[in-house]
Amino acid sequence: MMSILKDAWIIASKDLSNEIKTKQTIGMMVIFSSLVVLIFSFAFDPTNNMVKAVIPGLVWLITVFSGILGLNRSFLSEHENDALTGLRSAPIDPSSIYLGKVLANFLLVTAVQLVSIPVLFLLFDYRFFGKISWFFLVVVIGTLGFIIVGTFLAALSANAKNSEMLLPVLLLPLLSPLMIAAVQATRIVLENETIGDAVSWLRLMSAYDLLFLAACFFLFEFIMEGS
Amino acid sequence: MKELGNMLELRNMTKTLGDKLVLRNITLTLEKGEILAVIGPNGAGKSTFFKCTVGLLQPTSGEIYLNGKLVKKNSAEMKQRIGFLGHESFLYNNLSPLENLKFYGKLYKVKDLETKANELLKEVGLYLFRDIPIRSFSRGMMQRLAIARVLLPDPEILMLDEPHTGLDQEAVALLNTIILKKRESGTSILIISHDFEQVQALADRAAVLRKGKIVSAKRLGGEVSMAELKQWYEAEVKGT
Repeated sequence: MMSILKDAWIIASKDLSNEIKTKQTIGMMVIFSSLVVLIFSFAFDPTNNMVKAVIPGLVWLITVFSGILGLNRSFLSEHENDALTGLRSAPIDPSSIYLGKVLANFLLVTAVQLVSIPVLFLLFDYRFFGKISWFFLVVVIGTLGFIIVGTFLAALSANAKNSEMLLPVLLLPLLSPLMIAAVQATRIVLENETIGDAVSWLRLMSAYDLLFLAACFFLFEFIMEGS
Repeated sequence: MKELGNMLELRNMTKTLGDKLVLRNITLTLEKGEILAVIGPNGAGKSTFFKCTVGLLQPTSGEIYLNGKLVKKNSAEMKQRIGFLGHESFLYNNLSPLENLKFYGKLYKVKDLETKANELLKEVGLYLFRDIPIRSFSRGMMQRLAIARVLLPDPEILMLDEPHTGLDQEAVALLNTIILKKRESGTSILIISHDFEQVQALADRAAVLRKGKIVSAKRLGGEVSMAELKQWYEAEVKGT
């Protein structure tokens, strides 16, 4: 297991250093999420009380849609010069490729959230009264679940002709239970309601993450053989 | 000096893709320090044969033995000992030659990586370009770097799929020198090639793959003339 994690880190650090150099994907993700926030800030009147109800949904909307941009790129870049075959012919476990991609995508989406969520609060003139640690926990667990499933489906759809279109079609229905739980938990935490209510949603999200992580981890090898 | 014994042995390897039988009962051995060329017409199954041997595809049936030991599915040990040069370079365009080699070197757990990568870059003539992203490289430069990538972990078996494609005369001579040097040090080499000149110059033995089956094998070792080699190949491909 240690060697799988070590190889995963090598792959993730290659992807991240590549991204730091080119800033192609992260640039597009930040611009996209900021534009979505900007458009919604015009659509809703920030002085209206309804804004409070919209913010938890918007947090996840910008995460998922900007994240899909990054997920699409994550395996397509491996098709350049057929580098994926190079990885597959290396003496590493196929699941370390998956874990490496999960790690790189997670850090990329987290970096985008670090910019876009404060921008969201700023443009909607939202004052944060909730517990910041709980908010972070909800965001991290929700994002992780999204990336776990998204990375797997990105690998699956990368071989298809219209992978950019196929990924959201496959991903969004699978994400619905996670997103329902994430939006509810975010609303509870942001509105500073009883944390106990958020905990039950967090349990559901954690179970989703673990279940899909285990399934994707073991099934990834079969996707790779077909690519 | 050639060592004796089978480095790689394929027994009755069959591969079906969909309902098409691509490889039919392939039985082949590669001795230690031997260069074996697999030749055949387009669509004969040469690349599938390579992919099955490297572990990129699972054979439908049959066994692969490495040094007399049966190879298990997705064996990391097998992959560690095989250097695979495919049709594509498997390199990352945004990374420099040194970064590409260091990345693959880490995956192959190569010791003293920095020194070894720099030495190989000198050997393939890319040392001066070591820090430039490879996206602007020509096909020949990419192929040189791909060769360096394959040699980095010191594999016991080299599997080269049309390695001379896109190389200029100087690079062909360099590659042939590297291949012959590797053979001298005991590395077994399996080459897929359409280039009869290179097959005749390098290979100790040639095998013809036709319609997914090894139909014939012939010992070359520099004793067979080009005309004789072509005549033999054509006769085997036509099945006469």
